[in-house]
Amino acid sequence: MRHLIDIQDLSTQEIEHLIDVANDIMANPDKYAEKCRRKKLATLFYEPSTRTRLSFESAMLELGGSVIGFSEAASSSAAKGESVADTARTVSCFADIIAMRHPKEGAPLVASMAASIPVINAGDGGHKHPTQTLTDLLTISRVKGRLGNMTVGLCGDLMFGRTVHSLIGALSRYEGIRFVMISPEELTIPDYVQQDIQKSNIPYRETRSLEEAMPELDVLYMTRVQRERFFNEADYIRLKDSYILTPEKLRTAKEDLAILHPLPRVNEISTAVDSDPRACYFKQVLCGKYIRMALIMMLLEVE
Amino acid sequence: MNIDSIRNGYVIDHIKAGTAMAIYNFLGLDKLDCSVAVIKNASSSKTEKKDIIKIDALIDLDLDVLGYLDPGITVNTVKEGAIIEKRKLRLPRELHGVIRCKNPRCISSVEQELPQRFRLADEEKGVYRCIYCDHKAQRE
Ligand SMILES: [Zn+2]
Repeated sequence: MRHLIDIQDLSTQEIEHLIDVANDIMANPDKYAEKCRRKKLATLFYEPSTRTRLSFESAMLELGGSVIGFSEAASSSAAKGESVADTARTVSCFADIIAMRHPKEGAPLVASMAASIPVINAGDGGHKHPTQTLTDLLTISRVKGRLGNMTVGLCGDLMFGRTVHSLIGALSRYEGIRFVMISPEELTIPDYVQQDIQKSNIPYRETRSLEEAMPELDVLYMTRVQRERFFNEADYIRLKDSYILTPEKLRTAKEDLAILHPLPRVNEISTAVDSDPRACYFKQVLCGKYIRMALIMMLLEVE
Repeated sequence: MNIDSIRNGYVIDHIKAGTAMAIYNFLGLDKLDCSVAVIKNASSSKTEKKDIIKIDALIDLDLDVLGYLDPGITVNTVKEGAIIEKRKLRLPRELHGVIRCKNPRCISSVEQELPQRFRLADEEKGVYRCIYCDHKAQRE
């Protein structure tokens, strides 16, 4: 029995396989409509995340399965003080697979150690969110037709952005990857991520300016610069505009740039960019459902 | 007790000079009934000084804990007055219940009964990370 707690749990071959299956589902949805008939997904969401939960639930429904679960801790047994391990053991009796979202780091790992069914980490605090990374990889591979040989710009909050860290980890396994880290000085990537990049001999550089980096990028991954990350309001106001993507900043970008964002966005991508063919973030949401379908099938071994 | 003649027990050798008392306390050797000798600043063959602890009983010695505290240690097991085993310690791959995760966002800080587990993430630098949250362990 397999779980997905960390994107590094999957080999590049397995990721490639998931991407192939997701592409095939998109091309031939009818072929998959009954794959998970009589199977149940339990979505155990200890904190609300409507987007991720709906993505998992619609993925299971489109495979012909059904869904049980809760969408916030208050309506669950956790409110009565049950441990994550006990909940995982109990739910193992009702469902065939678990998708767990939890505000505490490591909770899905604890669940996977206790459960007798596969557990998918649907986000544990600021720690890991492997299905977001799978979503990003599927989107990049569909839009660019490849996962290696490209320059990837990561923009915004690179210090606390968990999606950025795990995307860096996942892309570092492909050949010909270059990173450009675009962030304010206060929000540069943490040391341990930097060391990992250096260890895998991946070329990368840091810059404070999105405009300066723009012409060389094949992929631009945007994240939000949050007000609460700054010590004072003045710094935030001074910096936030430099990391907002606008049509003007895109003027020097490549024709085939792919713009990604894990969503929800607040104001870091101007809505004027939405109609640009290079904007891929809504495509990304759709990719999220299909890659989750492929993942559920893989973990339930119903391929 | 003649500290040179242990009959059945351990000689914990090559302890970093000045740290024997910390190890003595961490292992709870003060609670033992048998003889225990702590030798500070003994001269080591390698021109440097070292500490030594001698325990005159074959107690249950947690080598993982010892290896974590000081991977340079050698543990000699003595039976009937003779050294029957010499073990050079190294940093253990995993640490169970030795140190606590200090990350307040970690599930192990909410669910106190979860076993505290750390894995060796960087042998060269001796870095351990919590298996739940990947937080770096702080050496006390
Ligand atoms: Zn922890």
